[in-house]
Formats: sequence, C-alpha cells, structure tokens
Amino acid sequence: MTDTSFVRHDMLPEQAPPATSVGLLGWLRKNLFSGWVNSILTVISLGFIAYALAGLLPWVFQSVWVADSLKECREIMAATWGETHGHACWGVIRERWLQLMFGFYPPEMYWRPILAFVLLLAAIAPVLFPGAPRQLLYVTAIYPFLLPWLMWGGTIWGPVLVAAGLAIGYLVHRFLKPIIGGLFALIAAVAAALIWWLFLVGPISGALSSALPIGIESVISRNFGGFMLSILIGVVAIGVSLPIGIVLALGRQSDLLIVKALCVGFIEFIRGVPLITLLFVASTLLNIFLPPGTNFDIILRVIIMVTLFASAYMAEVIRGGLAALPRGQYEGADSLGLDYWQAQRLIIMPQALKISIPGIVSTFIGVFKDTVLVMIIGLMDPLGLATAIRADAAWNGIYWELFAFIAFLFFIFCFSMSRYSMYLERRLRTDHS
Amino acid sequence: MKKSVILGALTVAGLAAGAANAATVDDITARGKLNCGVSTGLVGFAAPDAAGIWDGFDVAVCRAVAAAVLGDPMAVEFVPTTGKTRFTALASGEVDMLARNTTWTFSRDVDLKFTFIGVNYYDGQGFMVPKDLGISSATELDGATVCIQTGTTTELNLADFFRSNNISYEPVPIETNAEAQQQYLAGACDVYTTDASGLAATRATFEAPGDHVLLPEIISKEPLGPLVRHGDDAWGDIVRWTLNALITAEELGVTSANVAEMASAAGNNPEINRLLGTEGNLGEMLGLNSDWAVGVISTSGNYGEIFEKNIGEATPIGLARGLNAQWTDGGLIYSPPFR
Repeated sequence: MTDTSFVRHDMLPEQAPPATSVGLLGWLRKNLFSGWVNSILTVISLGFIAYALAGLLPWVFQSVWVADSLKECREIMAATWGETHGHACWGVIRERWLQLMFGFYPPEMYWRPILAFVLLLAAIAPVLFPGAPRQLLYVTAIYPFLLPWLMWGGTIWGPVLVAAGLAIGYLVHRFLKPIIGGLFALIAAVAAALIWWLFLVGPISGALSSALPIGIESVISRNFGGFMLSILIGVVAIGVSLPIGIVLALGRQSDLLIVKALCVGFIEFIRGVPLITLLFVASTLLNIFLPPGTNFDIILRVIIMVTLFASAYMAEVIRGGLAALPRGQYEGADSLGLDYWQAQRLIIMPQALKISIPGIVSTFIGVFKDTVLVMIIGLMDPLGLATAIRADAAWNGIYWELFAFIAFLFFIFCFSMSRYSMYLERRLRTDHS
Repeated sequence: MKKSVILGALTVAGLAAGAANAATVDDITARGKLNCGVSTGLVGFAAPDAAGIWDGFDVAVCRAVAAAVLGDPMAVEFVPTTGKTRFTALASGEVDMLARNTTWTFSRDVDLKFTFIGVNYYDGQGFMVPKDLGISSATELDGATVCIQTGTTTELNLADFFRSNNISYEPVPIETNAEAQQQYLAGACDVYTTDASGLAATRATFEAPGDHVLLPEIISKEPLGPLVRHGDDAWGDIVRWTLNALITAEELGVTSANVAEMASAAGNNPEINRLLGTEGNLGEMLGLNSDWAVGVISTSGNYGEIFEKNIGEATPIGLARGLNAQWTDGGLIYSPPFR
C-alpha cells in the first residue's frame, strides 16, 4: 500500500479568463446580453435607435445650406435627391443665424454683447473653479455694473454713480456704527444708498455726462432679441436669485415674526402664480397703472419678474438643504460661540448649499428655459424670432429647422450647467463612500 | 367674450390715466419716432428681413404715417404685439397706432374705446381642404375635424357657421399658424380654417399647393384696419387721411414713379392738386406740411402698389384684389374725396 495522496506544492499559474468574459465580448455579454430578456431588449433598442437615426441623419446631413428661400431649397432638393422628403433646409439658419443670436441689435455693435459674454465667463470663472486666477475676482466685482452699460450703452457715469451708491452706504455704516449702534447704522446706510440711487444719480449723471461726455451709443430695449435676450434674462435672474433665495430661506426659518411672515408670504404668493401671469403683469398691467409717459424699460420689468419668480423657488430649494442638516451642526456652531451670521457663513450655508446643488442647478436650468416665455408678451426671444422669420414670404412654411437650431443652442447651455453641477458635487464630496 | 370685458375694464383704467396727454402728434414730433404696433410676424403683412428692417402691408401704413408726420418713412419704432397684448399696448400709450390686421368690430370700437380709422384689407374666414377629400362646399363638412387657432374670432365664427347649418364638427385647437400648417399637413385635421388671406399664404408654402383647395364659402366679415385711441381726434384724422391719401392716389393714378413730377406744378386735375398740395391748404388743416401726401405716396407707392408689392398676385402669397379692388373696379376700397 503506497501512499498515493497528493499535495500540490506550488500555486497554479493564473490563467487568462475565458474569452467570453473579457474585452469587448465580455463587456457586451455583461452589459447587453446577460440573459434572454436583456438580449431581446437590447436588440429592440438597437433596432429603434437605428430606425430613428436612419430618419434623422439624412435629414440633418443631406441638407441644403445655400438657398435664399424655402422654394429654392425645395428645388435644390428635388434636383439633388429626387422627389423624396426629409431633407433639412439650413439655408434659413445660414441667412438668419445672426438675427437668432442678437435680435435686432445694431450689427456694428455686436462686439458689445460678445464682449459682455466673454467678460461674463471671466467674471464667473473664479466663482466656479478654484484653479482660476484670483485677480479675476475684480472683474466679478465690477461686472454687475459693466453688463448693463455694455448692453444698453449710454453714458458711463450712470453705472459708476450706481456703484458709488454702494460705497456711500458702506461709508455711512462705517462712520455711524460707533455713534448710533449697528442696527441703526445699517438702516441709515440703506436709506442713504436708496436716496442716492433714486434722487441723486439721475441729475448728477446728467451733469457729469454734459461736462465730461464719456459713453457709447445707446441701444433701446426693443432691439434686444434672440439668444442674447435669453442669456441676458437668464444670467441676471440666475445671478440675483441665488442671494435673494438664500436670504428668503433664512428669513423663513427666522424667529422674528414679521420677517418670517414676509418671507413666507412672498414665497407662497410667487410660487402660487404662473410665470406667464407675472409676465403679463410686467408687460400690460404695469403699463396701465404707471403714470403715462413713464419709461420703465420692458426688459428690466421682465428681468425683475423672472428674478422674483426664480428667487421663490430658490428659497425653497435652499430651505430643503437647511432642513437636511442635522440639528447638531447648529448646536455645534452655537457652542463654538459664533454669532448668527458667523454660524451661517462658516458652518450652516457651506453644508446646506452643498446638499442643495442638484436642486439649485435644476432651478437655474428651468429659469433659463423659461425665458422663452417672454415671446408671449411680444419680446423677440429665439422663439419669437422664429415666428417673425416664418412671416418672411421667403421662409414661410419652414418649421423644424428653426426649432432644431434653437433646441441645439439651448441644449449646449443647459447641458454645460448640468455637467458643471456634477463636477461640483464630485469636488465637494467629503464622505468616504 | 369674457376676455374683452377684462380688457375693456383695463382700458378704461388706462384711459382715465392717459387722458392728460392729448396731443399724440406733439409727442411723436418731440420723440422723432412713430411708435407703431405691428404683429410679431404675419406673412405679407408684417415681417422683419435679415437686417431687421420691417416690411409688409401693415408696415407700409406705419411708414406712410411716419412720412406724413415726420417726413421720414424710416422714423418708425415697430413694437411687435401679440393678439393678447395689442390692445393694452395701444390703450396704455406704448404705441401711437396699431396696424396689426385687427378686425373692426363693434365691441373693439365702442367698448375698448378705440377708433378704427378705416379699412386697409377686407378679409373673411375661409376653409382649406385636401383635394382628394372631394369636397366642393363647406356645407359638406359634416363630422370633419377642423384645425383652428384658439382665442380668435375665427373660433366663434366657426361655431356659428356649423350651428346655423346644423352640422357637426370636431375642433383641433392650435396656438399658432405655423403649428396649424404642420398639423394640417400631417393629417391631424381634415380642414384648416382661418382668414382667407392667411389660407392663401399658407397654401403657397406647401410642397404641392395644387393638392389643396380653398372652399368657396367665406363665413365671416373681417374688415382689417389700423386703429388709434379714443380721445385724440386730430391724431386720428392724420392717420385716417394718410390711409385715404394712399387709396385716393391709386384712384387718381398717382404712383411712386410719377408723384414727384405731378407735385412739381399744379396739373389740370383739381383733386390731384389738392391731394399733393399744389392747390388749397388741406395739409395745413391737418397741421402738416402742404406736401405731406407727396411723402406718403413716394414712400412705397399708392394703395395698389403696396398691395401688389406685399400680397399681390406677383408675390408668393398671390392674393387677387377681389373685394380690395378700387370701387371703380367693383371692389370696396373707397376713399372720401379730398376737398
């Protein structure tokens, strides 16, 4: 009886995994054909995608770019591809894309909105990306005053004096605080700034501009249009609604009865009313009730309404973030001896805003897309211009091409915002999972 | 119509506020620009070109008025208005006049407190059907699905027509004309109904216009004209007689080509002389220059020239003069005499 038991002394070398579980084949098997139900679904989906692309790609790419009217487009299509349907006539975009971008803004001044847009990117870069040079924050600081001047033109003294109002408020606060205390100094500062803006800026700016006329040609609001208008309304509404929304959200959680009642009333009223109603109020009702001859700029009215609308939603999104913070964070802040504003700035808001990022960005995207509603009140946003372009006898009857172009541009903006929000979430992630 | 009641109430409020500024023409001269309310875009009637210059049948009226008052047909600020904002824009003073193919109706004239200063286009609601339906009259449309724009008088006219003929229909409500074209071509409805001028313009854009027919019935009266606010008759007179000057010029054979020559010296037709200011003082009575009508006519020609250039048979829209021929040719276009 010999002992035939066998004990292996060394490890077997690793073998390559079977060909069906690695590489392309493995990926396909794991993700697309991992069972007969999934296989069927994959085949059906692929078939559907192929069907959709078979219709869409020829429409997009077998298309006419050089034509001056829909009729000419159709003649070229018939000559090139015979009597088949389904070719886009991009000639309308080629002829009108500048109009879809800038509306009726004077062409020799296109550099102004373009410059405003480039500066916008420079101004938001230090806010959005930690790697951006900090010097750009100066651009951020002056941008709110630069934007209206570049867009509407006119004398440079208007924006300069409006900015001076902030300095006046600050100085009043600084000098009065030791004398009459913080709260009264704040009230006095706000009052001083308001008096400055409402009563003094107009005459002083008039006097300065007649003494030292520095300025650029002004452009009236009626000439604004296209994507420029959408971006203008969207950017201002987005930029202003976030701080207002934060203040409203804090006000809603405040222990002060009047502050809380005002905030709740504002938020619930605005959220209870459709945006279109607010736009109609801006365009028609205000016209009726303001004294005749008042020149309250229509775009300014619309921007104010859209901003208020966005702020109310923003406040609720941020309140969601505040509510999600554990109570211990508030108590921890208190136990460190921080006052209310320090606690908000250092402990509460950074966390609450981080939680709210997806909600905030989706509100931004929603506001940006809502700007096309201004077409209802006769402003020439991209959709309004599409109507106007179709009214040209040369392009009457064109439909999908305009919508496709507009949708494409909106997609670029909204998709960028969405990707940025995901980047931000990744960057700010502090948990360990 | 409920909407008109609300609008009416708003308008009254607006007029109470706006009664103070009476002399519209002074405002316009001070401003140097005429604010003219037009459509946001309607084929042949008002549309901006690639350079943003507005053109069209309604636009020509605005330009003519600007030529009369300011001497410059390009001194017009066009304010695009929608069907919903047009009346408040006029009532609140945002625009000085409205030339936005607006139907002259009793309630708009009386209740909304506007003055329609005349008719520049006689329209009526018609029907378009695909030829292969084999229908030759609107009374055969029993049970049809009808594409119709919401919130317009066409909707009410349609209900009246089908009720009085005791036949049924199924409405497919649609917001804009462009959308209606797509729905109709996609077969979502058997019939498309809107103003006959709009139908003709729409059919002209189809790939195969011959496959669609316009039915002979015209089921409503749509006299379209420019309008101004109540309360400033002097301004209303200027707009009214500007339109009349265009119409009279066609009747008397004054065109953009020969107006300069005719105005250079008094001719042997006294009415032409009075119109062009070589005789009498009609311009002064309006508070304008004596040769105001010369500017009006040389802008884009007389009524007939404007019609042919924007919506006439040579254009893609291809409308015949029909009711809009001069009264001397059996149409309804008729101006009171310049005397």
